[in-house]
This record gives sequence, structure tokens and C-alpha cells, in this order.
Amino acid sequence: MSQAATKAPKREMFNSRNYFILAAIGSAVGLGNIWRFPYVAFSEGGGAFMIPYLVALVSAGIPLLFFDYAIGHRYRGSAPLAMRRLGGWTEVLGWWQVLVCFVIAIYYAAIVAWAAMYTWFSIDKAWGNDPQAFLYGDFLHLAEKPAVSFDFVPGLLLPMAVVWVVTLVIVALGVNKGLAFANLIFMPLLLVMFLILVGQSLFLPGALDGVNALFTPDWSKLTEPRVWAAAYGQIFFSLSVGFGIMVTYSSYLKRKTDLTGSGLVVGFANSSFELLAGIGVFAALGFMANSAGVGVSDVAVAGIGLAFVAFPTIINEAPLGALMGVAFFGSLVVAGLTSLMSIMEVVIAGVRDKIGIPKPVAVAVVGIPMAVISLALLSTTTGLYFLDITDEFVNKFGILAGAFASVIAIAWIVRKLPQLQRHLDRFSSFPAGKFWMWVVGLLVPVVLGYILYSEFASKIKEPYGGGDYSLSMLGVFGWGMAGALVVAAIVLTLLPWRRNAVVEFNEEHNEHEIAARAEGVTK
Amino acid sequence: MNPEALIMLIVAIALVWGGLVAAAVNLFRRPDQSAGEDLPHTPSST
Repeated sequence: MSQAATKAPKREMFNSRNYFILAAIGSAVGLGNIWRFPYVAFSEGGGAFMIPYLVALVSAGIPLLFFDYAIGHRYRGSAPLAMRRLGGWTEVLGWWQVLVCFVIAIYYAAIVAWAAMYTWFSIDKAWGNDPQAFLYGDFLHLAEKPAVSFDFVPGLLLPMAVVWVVTLVIVALGVNKGLAFANLIFMPLLLVMFLILVGQSLFLPGALDGVNALFTPDWSKLTEPRVWAAAYGQIFFSLSVGFGIMVTYSSYLKRKTDLTGSGLVVGFANSSFELLAGIGVFAALGFMANSAGVGVSDVAVAGIGLAFVAFPTIINEAPLGALMGVAFFGSLVVAGLTSLMSIMEVVIAGVRDKIGIPKPVAVAVVGIPMAVISLALLSTTTGLYFLDITDEFVNKFGILAGAFASVIAIAWIVRKLPQLQRHLDRFSSFPAGKFWMWVVGLLVPVVLGYILYSEFASKIKEPYGGGDYSLSMLGVFGWGMAGALVVAAIVLTLLPWRRNAVVEFNEEHNEHEIAARAEGVTK
Repeated sequence: MNPEALIMLIVAIALVWGGLVAAAVNLFRRPDQSAGEDLPHTPSST
């Protein structure tokens, strides 16, 4: 071993494979499972949607999960380091992923903080009889017109600061004492709170009408490409693939870990939670429709409207509403926090690998400025506008575009799928095989390319927000931000690595091949 | 609930939750080969 390698800082490792699985599930299960899946499923074919959804899970979601695992585990690094070792110039794709996480963390912390405040508000239903007026008025103090102001709202600033402190402390404590330990507490808590919510919702009058509406199939939808794209999109965004999280987490796994066996558990656990969320949310919406004397389709919403307007309305009407509120908003907090931690880990790990600083230092020099930016932009009267635009554009032209570029680059330009497939199959229980290479190399780029093109075309045709936002706002926080990520990724790639960094990778002679030979594994 | 919706509910639960159980059984019935491995080591590819 060279002098350089012996001087390199020791890489963190999950003490147990099960810690990794728990942390990966904690990352995958986020707000999208609770407030996005139910509405997408309902509006894109109901029960019939489950067919494209399951096809997407096995033909793209789980294969992409394996893809990220193989990269992080084989090349042993944060997204930029692993990508650098994989193909040299491909480091830029790693930085793109890090920057996507940087942007997402900025606004994700705000949503977690709002959910935390609403958990507290649930106890005495502080939102009163008009939750919508409360949200935009009393709580967010939303400016009438979309703009950028630094008019701070103390009621938003404080909880956001707490969310940042908690997240940064957990990340600074390391993968075992921080991330794994937090997930060990949070994930069972999430399951218990969510089961209370679903159990309570199912016994409300009208609940079964809601579940019925969610699962009544509209078979005609299956002939629409848009519905298939929605299914692939839901699976893709829900699984936290393609933006560095799974690459980073799997770089902390020991050599002989069963990668595909673990990936199948994570993939199915994420969808299992999503399905449970669908049942719980639509049972509650069925009750809301029943109380208002309207149809379920009249009350079905997603996102902020579902969480902070529809649910408070439901909690107002439901027996034991306070318990339901704490369970619902508490679930959002926990699901959001475990995802935020993983998003921050991507950024911190990327910076650490590049400049070689201890984790607590990286958290201080990167995490604190991020928290300040987040507070400056999100805890103001215009935070929601920033969040809405940024979320839309970073998802479509950050995560999706970045994943598309990574798959194309790795499958077709640097051509590393055979090495990755061999790596996956070496110590794994479920063979990835040639099927995996075909779907990742061919089907996934076609599907992601199609979704990306449709998003691009629709946003060119009609500016996002239906006229609510000025073109300059969309230009700066939407298109401009998405473009700036690529430019910044190139700049970061050009910056030198720390002294003694091992950025080369010998495909024939490395820790994995040595371990395999020692075990007598010839694959 | 109408019969079609009920069937789709049952099919979805059976496939997704069944998939989770099958994946967990597959993973945990085999010994975890990584469990006995040494802890942290330096980066590879030297």
C-alpha cells in the first residue's frame, strides 16, 4: 500500500448492514411518500395505477437503487469521489448531485419546521376554523405578490433554526452514532405514529369511500403514456435515487455486504410505506368529503395544500383530532428529518473527501452557511414562493436531468455497467445479471429522457405557476438556479483534490478484487 | 367499497407488502457475510 493511502483519513463504516438498511429506508421514506403518492395514484388511474407503478418499481426503481449502491460501494466514496474513481471527468456528475442536495436541503428544512409547528398547533387546533387563512396569514405571513424579501417571520425563523441544529448535530456525530442511531429511534416512531393515523382514519365515517376512490381502477388510463411517465416519476422521486444519497450511504458498507438483497428490502419497504400512506390519507379525505357533503375528488389535493390545509380541516372535525394531528404532523417531521439528514450527508461527505477535513469541521464550514442561507430565504414572508419554484426546478432539471446524464455517461460513454454488474453479483443474494444491465442501460435512459423532455417542453410552452410568477423570478430561482448547478459542478471539479487523495481506481487490483480472490470467488 | 376497488386494494397490498416480506426473508435467512469483517480501512485502489 502506498504512503499516500496510509495517510488518508479512515473512512466511516456502518457497524451493521441493518443500520444501513434502516438509514436507507429513512432516507427514501420522505414527504413525497405521504403527500405525493396518494394524489398521483388517485389522479392517474386509481387502482389501475398500481400496474404501471409496480412495473416501474421493478424495472427502474430497484435497478437504479442497485446502480447507486454499486457505484458507492465499489468506488468507496462520496458522490464526487466515487464518480471520479469511476470515470475521471464523471466527477462533475457527482458534484452536480452534491449541489442538488445543497439546494434541496435549503428548502426541505423549512417544510420540516412547519410540520413541527403544526404538530404543536394540533394539540389545541390553533389554526381555528379557517386553516387556509391561518396558513398563509397568521403562520407564513405570506407576501401578497411573489418576490424576494428579507422580511423575517420570527415564528418561522426559530423552528427552522432548531431543525438545522438537530440535523447538523446528527450528521456531525457520524454514521453510527448520528445517522444510524437517529434512524433506530425515528423509524419505529414513524411506523407507530403512522399506524395510529391510519387506524384512526379508517374508522371515521366516509373513510371507506375515500379508500374506494383511491383504488377504483380506471383502466382506460393505462393506454396513456403520461400515466406511465407519472408512475416512473413517482418511483424515481420517492426512492431517493440519482442524487448521491444512496451512493454516499453505500460507500459506508463493508466489502461482503449483500447489496441487492438489501436493496430489495429498501425498495419494497419504501413502496409499502407509500401504500399505507395512500390508504391513510384517502381514508381521511373520505371523511372530509363526507363531512362537507361533497365527492372525494373535490377534496383530493397533494403537497402543502394536503398537509397544511386539508389535514387541519380533517383534524378539526374528527373525534380525537388532536391525537390524529400529532400522529400526522409528527410523521411528517420524522419522515422529513430522516431524509434531510441523508441529504446533508451527501454534501458534507463530498466536501470532506475533496479537501480532507474532519467531519465536525466540515459540518461547521459547510452546514452552518447552508443553514444561514436557508433561514435567510425561507423564514421570510416570501419563503413559500422560493420553495415552490426551487422545488419544481431542482426536481426536474436537477435530480432528473442529473440522473439521466449519469446513466448515459456510465452506461454509454465510460461503459462501466459490466464492472458494476459483476460487483453487484459477487456477494449478493439476488442476481442482478444481464437483465439489470439492459434496464439500466436502455429502459431507464429512455424513460427518464422522455419524462425530462415532457417537463422541458411543458415549461417552455407555459411558464411554471400559471402566470403567478414573473419571468425574472422563474429565470433566477428556476432556470437560472438549475443552470448554475451545472456551472458550479464544473468549477468544483476543476478545483484540486486534497494532497494525498487517492482518486485513481484500478479495476483489476483493488480491495474488492483482493477480497474476492482471498475468498476464492471467481466472479 | 366496490368489488373492483377491493380487488385492486388486495392485489396492491399482496404484491407490495408481500414483496417486502419476501425480500426480508431472502435477506435474513442467509448469514450476513459482512458481519465478521474488520471495521474501517483506508481507501482502496492503491
